[in-house]
Amino acid sequence: MTSPMVKAESVHKRFGRLEVLKGVTLEVAPGEVVCVIGPSGSGKSTFLRCINHLVKIDAGRLWVDGHLVGYRQVGDKLHEQRDAEVCRARAEIGMVFQDFNLFGHMTALENVIEAPIRVKGLAKRDAAAQATVLLERVGLADKLAAYPAQLSGGQQQRVAIARALAMTPKLMLFDEPTSALDPELVGEVLEVMKALALDFQTTMIVVTHEMGFAREAADRVLMMDDGRIIEDGTPEHFFKAPREERTKQFLAAIL
Amino acid sequence: MATETAESLGSPEIKAIPVRHPGRWVAAAIIVFLGVALGNSMASNPRFEWGIVGNYFTSSRILHGLVVTIELTVTAMAIGIVLGVLLAVMRLSRNPLVSGASWFYIWLFRGTPVFVQILLWYNIAALYPRFSVGIPFGPTFAHFTASSVITPFVAGMLALGLNEGAYMAEIVRAGIISVPEGQTDAAHSLGMTRLLTMRRIVLPQAMRVIVPPTGNETISMLKTTSLVSVIAVAELTYSAQLIYSVNYRTIQLLIVASLWYLIVTTVLTIGQFYVERYFGRGATRDLPVTPLQRLRRGLTLRHGL
Repeated sequence: MTSPMVKAESVHKRFGRLEVLKGVTLEVAPGEVVCVIGPSGSGKSTFLRCINHLVKIDAGRLWVDGHLVGYRQVGDKLHEQRDAEVCRARAEIGMVFQDFNLFGHMTALENVIEAPIRVKGLAKRDAAAQATVLLERVGLADKLAAYPAQLSGGQQQRVAIARALAMTPKLMLFDEPTSALDPELVGEVLEVMKALALDFQTTMIVVTHEMGFAREAADRVLMMDDGRIIEDGTPEHFFKAPREERTKQFLAAIL
Repeated sequence: MATETAESLGSPEIKAIPVRHPGRWVAAAIIVFLGVALGNSMASNPRFEWGIVGNYFTSSRILHGLVVTIELTVTAMAIGIVLGVLLAVMRLSRNPLVSGASWFYIWLFRGTPVFVQILLWYNIAALYPRFSVGIPFGPTFAHFTASSVITPFVAGMLALGLNEGAYMAEIVRAGIISVPEGQTDAAHSLGMTRLLTMRRIVLPQAMRVIVPPTGNETISMLKTTSLVSVIAVAELTYSAQLIYSVNYRTIQLLIVASLWYLIVTTVLTIGQFYVERYFGRGATRDLPVTPLQRLRRGLTLRHGL
């Protein structure tokens, strides 16, 4: 039995008085592709941001690849990790955002090589060679010198995926990667993600409402509501016989 | 060409009589008249004594004053920009003492006239006649007398630079805040440290917001250096004053100084255009055209015709 890539134990998060996560418990195995669905405000994005410590959890425990996220355990005491330690852990977790968040002052190529050079210490020539391969893989071989403002939403999101992959992450987090896209651009991004899931066996946690993607690429679907995971099953389970009333309602609304 | 367009439109092109704007013609006529009248009076009034303006325009004392003015502007702005970035980052710190210290600095230096600050630095020897470098309550390594370190030039540079730092801090802070939080999230998610994120991702994009007001500040600084004449630094204005206090050609020398300020301001404005263009890359689909490019484009277009 392999150890889980992500393990969450009763994770809680409050923003002021608002309790966003009310005890999330979960295990994701290496190579698994998990889709997280649920209404807005159910805590999906917050949970995703907890995994790479962009959001600090208030209670519970969270491990990535066996390492505690954001803390160091010494005896029975928890020590907060220093910025450098947190960054080292984050460097191994890729993240793709709803609004792409490409660095606006850099070309597509510069976006992709920035972290490999500055964080991993790769030589510029090696980083550029690797980035060119990645950008070709996402179908943007002719856009290396384009600035984000010169690219369509779908192209920007594919650059963002290449940027995350350039750090050779062991885990990829996708936060509603197609929600900000025009309907006809959704497909090109999902194709890239599908290839990642099926051909490269990348461990992925994808917050999305694209049930078509879930059906084709996901091993598991999680339904979140009100800060908890209320249903966990295969895509078929969700399509054929969801158990919870809330899940049925939600799926009826989005399908 | 026109018929082709009309044909491709499938209907005849509109040929309408344009609206007349008599008001514009009247306004233009008034402006031309006033311009000619002003030019005529400046040229024909012998009291302007343009010959004397010409004689002093490149005199060595004026040119030396110009150099001092430029030195003061550059050094004071350098101090101001470095201090401004530091204060802005401090102001955004989560440590209340650090952000409080920055707030206090800005409050103090923005709240007192720069003229008073210049006089204070010039007279600093009255408060601290001697400086020592060493460990507080421990050994000292070196002594300086204030009058040897704080020359009038240094007093002026410090006063202008430290004052500018307070204004630059707010400009830099506005720039940093203008960069969307998603940029920081993305940088952090790639494993970039906070310092690296600030240096490589946030500040370069903040520059687009920071550069225009900084250009403004530089031009303003160029002219504010004339205040330093009060502590007898022989910059451009004081050099002019020294000359006219002897020969009484007051207006002519003030014109000489003004012309030089105008020339340097023009050069700075051109420089600002190119700096803005550099930091604007990526922000717009097309960079603004430089005058040289416009000229070249115009020429090729004419050749093409």
